[in-house]
Amino acid sequence: MTLPDPLTDQHRYISNASQDVGEMLKVIGIDSIDALFETIPADVKLKELLNIPGPWSEIESRRWFRALAAKNLTAVDHVSFLGGGAYLHYQPACIDQLLLRAEFLTSYTPYQPEVSQGTLQSIFEYQTHQCLLTGLDVANASLYDGSTGLCEAVLLAERVVRNRTKVVIAKSVHPQYTETVRTYVQNLGYEIVEVGWTNDGRIDTAALREACTNDVFAVAIQSPNFLGVIEDYDAIAQIADAAGAVKIAVIAEATSLGILTPPGAHGFDIAVGEGQAWGVPTQYGGPFVGFMVVKDALKRHMPGRLVGETVDVDGKRAYVLTLATREQHIRRGKATSNICTNEALIALAANMYLSLMGKEGLREVGQQCLSKAAYLRGELQKIGSVILPFSGPVYNEFVVRTPFPAAEILADLEHAKILGGIPLGQFYDGHDNEFLVAVTELHTRENLDHFAAVLTAAISRERR
Amino acid sequence: MTTTQLIFEHSKRGRRGYRLPALDVPEATELPSSLMRDEIVDEVEVSEVDVIRHFTRLSKLNVSIDAGLYPLGSCTMKHNPRLNEEIARTPGFALSHPLQPDHQVQGNLALLWHIERTLMEIFGMPRVTLQPVAGAHGELTGILMVHKALAKSGNARKYILIPDSAHGTNPASAAFAGYQIKELKSNSRGTVDIDTLAAAVTEDVAALMITVPNTLGVFETDIKRFADILHEKGAYLYCDGANLNSFVGIARPGDMGIDVIHSNLHKTFSTPHGGGGPGAGPVGVSQTLIPFLPTPTVEQREDGTYYLDHSHPDSIGRVRAFNGNFNVLVRALTYMRSMGPDGLRRIAQIAVLNANYIRARLRGSYHLPYDAPSLHEVVFSDKLQTAKDVHTLDIAKRLMDYGFHPPTIYFPLIVAGALMIEPTESEPKEELDAFCDAMIAIARECEERPELVRSAPHTTPVRRLDEARAARQPVLRWRK
Repeated sequence: MTLPDPLTDQHRYISNASQDVGEMLKVIGIDSIDALFETIPADVKLKELLNIPGPWSEIESRRWFRALAAKNLTAVDHVSFLGGGAYLHYQPACIDQLLLRAEFLTSYTPYQPEVSQGTLQSIFEYQTHQCLLTGLDVANASLYDGSTGLCEAVLLAERVVRNRTKVVIAKSVHPQYTETVRTYVQNLGYEIVEVGWTNDGRIDTAALREACTNDVFAVAIQSPNFLGVIEDYDAIAQIADAAGAVKIAVIAEATSLGILTPPGAHGFDIAVGEGQAWGVPTQYGGPFVGFMVVKDALKRHMPGRLVGETVDVDGKRAYVLTLATREQHIRRGKATSNICTNEALIALAANMYLSLMGKEGLREVGQQCLSKAAYLRGELQKIGSVILPFSGPVYNEFVVRTPFPAAEILADLEHAKILGGIPLGQFYDGHDNEFLVAVTELHTRENLDHFAAVLTAAISRERR
Repeated sequence: MTTTQLIFEHSKRGRRGYRLPALDVPEATELPSSLMRDEIVDEVEVSEVDVIRHFTRLSKLNVSIDAGLYPLGSCTMKHNPRLNEEIARTPGFALSHPLQPDHQVQGNLALLWHIERTLMEIFGMPRVTLQPVAGAHGELTGILMVHKALAKSGNARKYILIPDSAHGTNPASAAFAGYQIKELKSNSRGTVDIDTLAAAVTEDVAALMITVPNTLGVFETDIKRFADILHEKGAYLYCDGANLNSFVGIARPGDMGIDVIHSNLHKTFSTPHGGGGPGAGPVGVSQTLIPFLPTPTVEQREDGTYYLDHSHPDSIGRVRAFNGNFNVLVRALTYMRSMGPDGLRRIAQIAVLNANYIRARLRGSYHLPYDAPSLHEVVFSDKLQTAKDVHTLDIAKRLMDYGFHPPTIYFPLIVAGALMIEPTESEPKEELDAFCDAMIAIARECEERPELVRSAPHTTPVRRLDEARAARQPVLRWRK
């Protein structure tokens, strides 16, 4: 395709048209737009247009993208029991409406506090929610997600406990989180030691004790863990303390903080996790929002942005980005993290969710998740050949084992418009007959009964 | 209720902002009380009305691109089309789950496949990873790939070369990837001299990390020769694509000898900045780096179906759980399709025209420290105004009184008192004129009423803040 004439070519997202261009060129003192690009060598300039589709009208775009979306099988017309770090919870209607306010949606990092108090105050509120929920002292403005949050927590721990080389990560931490940590630290000379679980699905404390040698700088566990089982924070803290390691608690199901005792109440140094469960759509994995909350003593090692309270020249309370000497734009190669762009808008959504649900709602969501999961477990235990392999306490997610490959059972459920769970065999060898089931406040008793009935039928069909 | 009250200060016992269906199963009591928390002390109790009022009032304390020019240099604050928002909210995308098997998410995988193909064409490079969720995340991914490739051939090397005009994320990312930084001094044009580079590229150098055009908006005309020098020594050329908006559709990184480039989709491809994120930072690579891309990749079978491919033994591994910021990618692809090939080229043309128009109109009023022709942004300094003891910060604050968000200030570091202005292609001539008129008026005020500028802003919701106090006695959360 030949190149269009830069004077007359016109697009709906660009205001300046031929008359403007002519006037502007005159002020600049040149006679063509091409003259502005003379510093780009001719031999790298494109002689023709890129070979890509478009331009499309809104009508054409809607047609094409909606057709793609329609090819997905999703919770739109299936009942979903998928969790594993991304949960479908109630999303209050007003959140998305508020997020579309241009002042939130189309502004950027609040470097100029006088014209960004809306964003800054909201981050300060978000930080406060995180502290209240985790029982720790200082929260940052957000990280990318739970997996990269864990990476940042491990790097933070190493900065605090110098000259040690090992980090212990429970095998029951989200396997993709651990995989991400492996990628992040591959050139930094740390060793990752994994510790498995016992029959109850909790971390193997004997193995943990053995792993916690004096060259371990951090111990990271997840609760509820990837198997859905709630860990014993105190037992783990005691072992980590004996080794002088930083204690990191990962939380992948954030609504659990509404009802379960938080890591800060058990001496953990860092709570890090995924805030998606606070009413953010699962949207195939992103954008989500990573949160990190630490003990006060660690605040100057914190990655990412922090908002603090201060006053303006008139003595009026106001908020500002602070302790920035930790950050890359000041400290460059010696910064506590390379993070710049974060997940601010999702953190704002989380702030709105936590405010709307409030003290009572966060408890009630937790209680409903807990109760509905317990109910479904009870129903499944009535099916003879279904085993719930882990005896430890659970919140809203648990492992189901049948005598048949999970993929086959789940295919049967899919046939009945149920997205029944996540096969565990893709994460752990030897677990091919197991899958992970998540229940939330969105499930009705009817959904749960139907799940049990369809599973029963699936198993008897497999038997034949 | 005042705007400056925190949501926690609106709280009143007994207020509710939600309702759930009544619990239709027996309430569980099986968990031991040692695992249960007491009430979340001090957590809020407000109604939906309270929440909507609160956040609506908060929003009014922000300025935004929808309200007018937001000329933050290096941030590419362009128009954010609302079609992109609508498409991203299509339930089939929004409710899809990241751990669904491939056959259930063929629409998503097709979308990822198409955006990768589109970026491959825009970059002129044979593969692109979509997993990184921000520019800095892309940098880390790119340098990790360079490290792995070099290590595979026997020596990962020690240093990354970075010009002194670079974004702070470059040295930070290189350090986290396991490298030491060697800074390259810019020449009098603000660019990198061939000789400086040639002298610095030793057998210990893994890569040059360079922003093209650089943070002064100046294109590195010798870029192909840089590539040759590096390649001759077995090193790589990394391009920070933060400034891709200035040459998209005009030239392609792959044709310049660049081995790795990240692009910030929240800049060039219009996904909203959201007060600081989310973004996306896909990374394009040359042929030799393909084996090291993060896993999984999206592949197409002969029958036209798509799948996630985990079988890349030399991969650096995954850089994030799940599939990147998928719904940012949806927005970006929507934008790419809306613009088409001619529209993308038009972006660069008008973005560069707009910046040069500002440059022409303001050069009599503000000092231009580097006179080389610039593309999509222009960097002035406060040199003319410091004589009256008025500085960049004052000028930036005074602009707020004229209704504009200030430019990026005190960056790049090679310019004392930098004012880095990037208007983007979105701005109509009238808006550019209003901005230039304001800047010229401020320059006059600096001469005639310097105190007015030094004490600005005067009309914003709050005035200048005591930032030292915030850092000295940090108050990082509300307490009752």
